[in-house]
Amino acid sequence: MTEYIMPLLGGALIGLAASLMLFLNGRVTGISGIIYGATIAPEKGEISWRWCFISGMLLGGFILKVISPQAFAGILPTANWTLVVAGILVGFGTVLGSGCTSGHGVCGISRLSPRSLVATLTFMAAGIFAVVLFRNLNIYQ
Amino acid sequence: MKNKIAALFVGLLFSLGLGISGMTQPEKVFGFLDIFGNWNASLIFVMIGAIAIHLVTYRIILKRKLPVFSNQWHLPTKRKVTVPLVIGSFIFGVGWALSGYCPGPALTSLASLNGRPVLFFASMIVGMIGFKMVDRKFNFTR
Repeated sequence: MTEYIMPLLGGALIGLAASLMLFLNGRVTGISGIIYGATIAPEKGEISWRWCFISGMLLGGFILKVISPQAFAGILPTANWTLVVAGILVGFGTVLGSGCTSGHGVCGISRLSPRSLVATLTFMAAGIFAVVLFRNLNIYQ
Repeated sequence: MKNKIAALFVGLLFSLGLGISGMTQPEKVFGFLDIFGNWNASLIFVMIGAIAIHLVTYRIILKRKLPVFSNQWHLPTKRKVTVPLVIGSFIFGVGWALSGYCPGPALTSLASLNGRPVLFFASMIVGMIGFKMVDRKFNFTR
Protein backbone atom coordinates (compact mmCIF):
# COMPACT_ATOMS: atom_id res chain seq x y z
CA MET A 1 0.00 0.00 0.00
CA THR A 2 2.74 2.50 0.98
CA GLU A 3 4.19 1.65 -2.40
CA TYR A 4 1.42 3.78 -3.88
CA ILE A 5 0.67 6.18 -1.03
CA MET A 6 4.13 7.79 -1.01
CA PRO A 7 4.17 8.44 -4.78
CA LEU A 8 0.67 9.88 -4.50
CA LEU A 9 1.64 12.12 -1.55
CA GLY A 10 4.88 13.20 -3.20
CA GLY A 11 2.98 13.89 -6.41
CA ALA A 12 0.42 15.97 -4.54
CA LEU A 13 3.26 18.02 -3.03
CA ILE A 14 4.66 18.56 -6.53
CA GLY A 15 1.21 19.67 -7.71
CA LEU A 16 0.97 22.03 -4.75
CA ALA A 17 4.43 23.47 -5.50
CA ALA A 18 3.50 24.05 -9.16
CA SER A 19 0.25 25.70 -8.04
CA LEU A 20 2.11 28.06 -5.70
CA MET A 21 4.52 29.02 -8.48
CA LEU A 22 1.57 29.95 -10.68
CA PHE A 23 -0.39 31.70 -7.92
CA LEU A 24 2.52 33.71 -6.54
CA ASN A 25 4.80 34.30 -9.54
CA GLY A 26 2.51 33.57 -12.48
CA ARG A 27 4.90 30.99 -13.88
CA VAL A 28 4.99 27.41 -15.06
CA THR A 29 7.40 25.22 -13.04
CA GLY A 30 9.55 23.81 -15.84
CA ILE A 31 12.80 22.67 -14.29
CA SER A 32 14.84 22.13 -17.47
CA GLY A 33 13.88 25.65 -18.59
CA ILE A 34 14.74 27.10 -15.19
CA ILE A 35 18.19 25.47 -15.26
CA TYR A 36 18.80 26.53 -18.89
CA GLY A 37 17.73 30.11 -18.16
CA ALA A 38 19.87 30.28 -15.02
CA THR A 39 23.06 29.02 -16.62
CA ILE A 40 23.31 28.78 -20.41
CA ALA A 41 20.76 31.27 -21.73
CA PRO A 42 20.40 34.02 -19.11
CA GLU A 43 18.04 36.90 -19.84
CA LYS A 44 18.06 40.17 -17.97
CA GLY A 45 15.80 40.13 -14.92
CA GLU A 46 15.13 36.41 -15.33
CA ILE A 47 18.18 35.01 -13.61
CA SER A 48 17.98 35.51 -9.85
CA TRP A 49 14.52 33.98 -9.27
CA ARG A 50 15.75 30.93 -11.14
CA TRP A 51 18.78 30.62 -8.86
CA CYS A 52 16.47 31.00 -5.87
CA PHE A 53 14.37 28.12 -7.16
CA ILE A 54 17.49 26.00 -7.76
CA SER A 55 18.73 26.83 -4.23
CA GLY A 56 15.37 25.78 -2.82
CA MET A 57 15.60 22.46 -4.64
CA LEU A 58 19.12 21.87 -3.32
CA LEU A 59 17.97 22.79 0.19
CA GLY A 60 15.19 20.21 -0.16
CA GLY A 61 17.77 17.70 -1.33
CA PHE A 62 19.92 18.32 1.77
CA ILE A 63 16.88 17.95 4.03
CA LEU A 64 16.08 14.63 2.34
CA LYS A 65 19.67 13.50 2.75
CA VAL A 66 19.50 14.17 6.48
CA ILE A 67 16.04 12.87 7.36
CA SER A 68 15.52 10.23 4.66
CA PRO A 69 18.74 9.22 2.87
CA GLN A 70 16.98 6.26 1.25
CA ALA A 71 15.38 8.86 -1.03
CA PHE A 72 18.64 8.63 -2.99
CA ALA A 73 18.91 4.85 -3.00
CA GLY A 74 18.22 2.68 -6.02
CA ILE A 75 21.24 3.52 -8.14
CA LEU A 76 21.12 1.79 -11.53
CA PRO A 77 23.85 -0.80 -12.24
CA THR A 78 25.26 1.04 -15.25
CA ALA A 79 28.73 2.23 -16.19
CA ASN A 80 29.62 5.88 -15.54
CA TRP A 81 29.94 6.69 -19.24
CA THR A 82 26.22 6.00 -19.67
CA LEU A 83 25.51 8.91 -17.31
CA VAL A 84 27.55 11.21 -19.53
CA VAL A 85 25.66 10.13 -22.65
CA ALA A 86 22.32 10.29 -20.84
CA GLY A 87 23.06 13.73 -19.41
CA ILE A 88 23.94 15.12 -22.82
CA LEU A 89 20.76 13.63 -24.33
CA VAL A 90 18.58 14.99 -21.53
CA GLY A 91 20.17 18.46 -21.66
CA PHE A 92 19.92 18.72 -25.44
CA GLY A 93 16.52 17.04 -25.71
CA THR A 94 14.72 19.00 -23.00
CA VAL A 95 15.75 22.36 -24.42
CA LEU A 96 14.96 21.33 -28.01
CA GLY A 97 11.64 19.91 -26.82
CA SER A 98 10.87 22.97 -24.64
CA GLY A 99 10.47 21.01 -21.43
CA CYS A 100 10.75 17.93 -19.31
CA THR A 101 8.70 15.90 -16.86
CA SER A 102 7.80 18.94 -14.75
CA GLY A 103 7.03 21.56 -17.39
CA HIS A 104 5.28 19.26 -19.87
CA GLY A 105 4.31 16.25 -17.75
CA VAL A 106 2.85 18.06 -14.75
CA CYS A 107 2.20 21.71 -15.62
CA GLY A 108 1.47 21.33 -19.34
CA ILE A 109 -0.91 18.42 -18.96
CA SER A 110 -2.71 20.26 -16.15
CA ARG A 111 -3.10 23.19 -18.55
CA LEU A 112 -4.43 20.73 -21.17
CA SER A 113 -1.76 21.94 -23.59
CA PRO A 114 -1.69 19.82 -26.76
CA ARG A 115 2.07 20.44 -27.09
CA SER A 116 2.73 19.11 -23.60
CA LEU A 117 0.48 16.12 -24.10
CA VAL A 118 2.37 15.17 -27.27
CA ALA A 119 5.73 15.82 -25.59
CA THR A 120 4.84 13.69 -22.56
CA LEU A 121 3.56 10.78 -24.64
CA THR A 122 6.69 11.05 -26.78
CA PHE A 123 9.25 10.99 -23.96
CA MET A 124 7.39 8.20 -22.17
CA ALA A 125 7.18 6.11 -25.35
CA ALA A 126 10.85 6.84 -26.11
CA GLY A 127 11.80 5.82 -22.56
CA ILE A 128 9.85 2.55 -22.78
CA PHE A 129 11.41 1.79 -26.16
CA ALA A 130 14.90 2.74 -24.94
CA VAL A 131 14.69 0.44 -21.90
CA VAL A 132 14.03 -2.51 -24.23
CA LEU A 133 16.85 -1.44 -26.53
CA PHE A 134 19.41 -0.83 -23.78
CA ARG A 135 18.56 -4.11 -22.07
CA ASN A 136 19.27 -5.97 -25.29
CA LEU A 137 22.55 -4.08 -25.55
CA ASN A 138 23.38 -5.21 -21.96
CA ILE A 139 23.71 -1.62 -20.74
CA TYR A 140 22.07 -2.56 -17.43
CA GLN A 141 24.66 -5.16 -16.37
CA MET B 1 12.29 40.14 -3.56
CA LYS B 2 9.06 38.40 -2.57
CA ASN B 3 8.96 36.52 -5.86
CA LYS B 4 12.46 35.22 -5.15
CA ILE B 5 11.54 33.94 -1.71
CA ALA B 6 8.48 32.35 -3.33
CA ALA B 7 10.67 30.64 -5.94
CA LEU B 8 12.97 29.33 -3.23
CA PHE B 9 10.03 27.97 -1.25
CA VAL B 10 8.49 26.37 -4.35
CA GLY B 11 11.83 24.74 -5.19
CA LEU B 12 12.04 23.37 -1.65
CA LEU B 13 8.52 21.91 -1.78
CA PHE B 14 9.06 20.53 -5.26
CA SER B 15 12.26 18.69 -4.35
CA LEU B 16 10.72 17.27 -1.16
CA GLY B 17 7.84 16.03 -3.32
CA LEU B 18 10.28 14.39 -5.73
CA GLY B 19 12.13 12.71 -2.86
CA ILE B 20 8.98 11.48 -1.09
CA SER B 21 7.49 10.18 -4.33
CA GLY B 22 10.49 8.04 -5.34
CA MET B 23 11.41 10.06 -8.43
CA THR B 24 14.96 10.51 -7.09
CA GLN B 25 15.56 6.74 -7.21
CA PRO B 26 16.73 5.82 -10.71
CA GLU B 27 15.82 2.17 -10.22
CA LYS B 28 12.17 3.12 -9.69
CA VAL B 29 12.17 5.27 -12.82
CA PHE B 30 13.69 2.38 -14.72
CA GLY B 31 11.03 0.02 -13.33
CA PHE B 32 8.32 2.48 -14.36
CA LEU B 33 9.55 2.54 -17.96
CA ASP B 34 10.13 -1.22 -18.04
CA ILE B 35 6.56 -2.14 -18.98
CA PHE B 36 7.69 -5.05 -21.17
CA GLY B 37 9.84 -6.46 -18.35
CA ASN B 38 9.34 -6.20 -14.62
CA TRP B 39 6.96 -3.22 -14.56
CA ASN B 40 6.76 -1.13 -11.39
CA ALA B 41 3.74 1.10 -11.87
CA SER B 42 4.16 3.06 -8.63
CA LEU B 43 5.49 6.25 -10.24
CA ILE B 44 2.33 6.70 -12.32
CA PHE B 45 0.78 7.81 -9.02
CA VAL B 46 3.22 10.72 -8.88
CA MET B 47 1.76 12.14 -12.08
CA ILE B 48 -1.78 11.31 -10.98
CA GLY B 49 -1.25 13.10 -7.64
CA ALA B 50 0.41 16.13 -9.18
CA ILE B 51 -2.01 16.54 -12.09
CA ALA B 52 -5.11 15.93 -9.93
CA ILE B 53 -4.11 18.93 -7.80
CA HIS B 54 -2.81 21.24 -10.49
CA LEU B 55 -5.61 20.56 -12.99
CA VAL B 56 -8.01 22.06 -10.45
CA THR B 57 -5.83 24.82 -8.98
CA TYR B 58 -4.74 26.03 -12.45
CA ARG B 59 -8.31 26.92 -13.33
CA ILE B 60 -8.99 28.61 -10.02
CA ILE B 61 -5.74 30.60 -10.04
CA LEU B 62 -6.22 31.87 -13.60
CA LYS B 63 -9.50 33.50 -12.58
CA ARG B 64 -7.34 36.11 -10.84
CA LYS B 65 -6.39 39.22 -12.77
CA LEU B 66 -2.73 38.83 -11.85
CA PRO B 67 -0.40 36.61 -9.84
CA VAL B 68 0.41 37.82 -6.32
CA PHE B 69 4.04 38.88 -6.85
CA SER B 70 4.10 39.78 -10.55
CA ASN B 71 2.38 42.33 -12.76
CA GLN B 72 1.88 39.82 -15.56
CA TRP B 73 1.36 36.12 -16.26
CA HIS B 74 4.36 34.34 -17.77
CA LEU B 75 2.68 31.40 -19.45
CA PRO B 76 3.88 29.54 -22.57
CA THR B 77 2.35 30.99 -25.70
CA LYS B 78 3.34 28.43 -28.35
CA ARG B 79 0.40 26.37 -29.53
CA LYS B 80 1.63 24.27 -32.45
CA VAL B 81 2.99 20.77 -32.15
CA THR B 82 6.33 21.04 -33.97
CA VAL B 83 9.08 18.72 -35.15
CA PRO B 84 11.63 20.08 -32.61
CA LEU B 85 9.12 19.44 -29.82
CA VAL B 86 8.71 15.80 -30.79
CA ILE B 87 12.37 15.10 -31.60
CA GLY B 88 13.57 16.87 -28.46
CA SER B 89 11.12 14.95 -26.30
CA PHE B 90 12.19 11.70 -27.91
CA ILE B 91 15.88 12.41 -27.25
CA PHE B 92 15.04 13.35 -23.66
CA GLY B 93 13.10 10.08 -23.18
CA VAL B 94 16.08 8.01 -24.33
CA GLY B 95 18.41 9.79 -21.88
CA TRP B 96 15.85 9.47 -19.11
CA ALA B 97 15.69 5.69 -19.61
CA LEU B 98 19.46 5.37 -19.83
CA SER B 99 20.11 7.11 -16.51
CA GLY B 100 16.83 7.11 -14.59
CA TYR B 101 17.25 10.88 -14.12
CA CYS B 102 15.22 13.76 -15.44
CA PRO B 103 16.29 17.35 -14.64
CA GLY B 104 14.39 17.90 -11.35
CA PRO B 105 15.41 14.69 -9.60
CA ALA B 106 18.98 15.12 -10.88
CA LEU B 107 19.15 18.62 -9.38
CA THR B 108 17.69 17.38 -6.08
CA SER B 109 20.11 14.43 -6.04
CA LEU B 110 23.14 16.75 -6.28
CA ALA B 111 22.58 17.28 -2.56
CA SER B 112 23.22 13.58 -1.93
CA LEU B 113 26.86 14.31 -2.89
CA ASN B 114 26.89 11.04 -4.81
CA GLY B 115 29.18 11.17 -7.86
CA ARG B 116 26.64 9.70 -10.28
CA PRO B 117 24.03 12.48 -10.23
CA VAL B 118 26.86 15.02 -10.28
CA LEU B 119 28.27 13.42 -13.43
CA PHE B 120 24.79 13.29 -14.98
CA PHE B 121 24.03 16.91 -14.11
CA ALA B 122 27.33 18.22 -15.45
CA SER B 123 26.74 16.29 -18.69
CA MET B 124 23.23 17.73 -18.88
CA ILE B 125 24.69 21.24 -18.77
CA VAL B 126 27.07 20.21 -21.57
CA GLY B 127 24.05 19.01 -23.57
CA MET B 128 22.37 22.38 -23.03
CA ILE B 129 25.50 24.22 -24.19
CA GLY B 130 25.53 21.91 -27.21
CA PHE B 131 21.93 22.82 -27.94
CA LYS B 132 22.69 26.52 -27.78
CA MET B 133 25.57 26.12 -30.22
CA VAL B 134 23.50 24.07 -32.68
CA ASP B 135 20.50 26.36 -32.28
CA ARG B 136 22.59 29.37 -33.26
CA LYS B 137 22.97 27.75 -36.66
CA PHE B 138 19.54 26.23 -37.18
CA ASN B 139 17.27 28.39 -35.03
CA PHE B 140 14.98 25.58 -33.86
CA THR B 141 13.32 27.78 -31.31
CA ARG B 142 11.93 30.25 -33.83
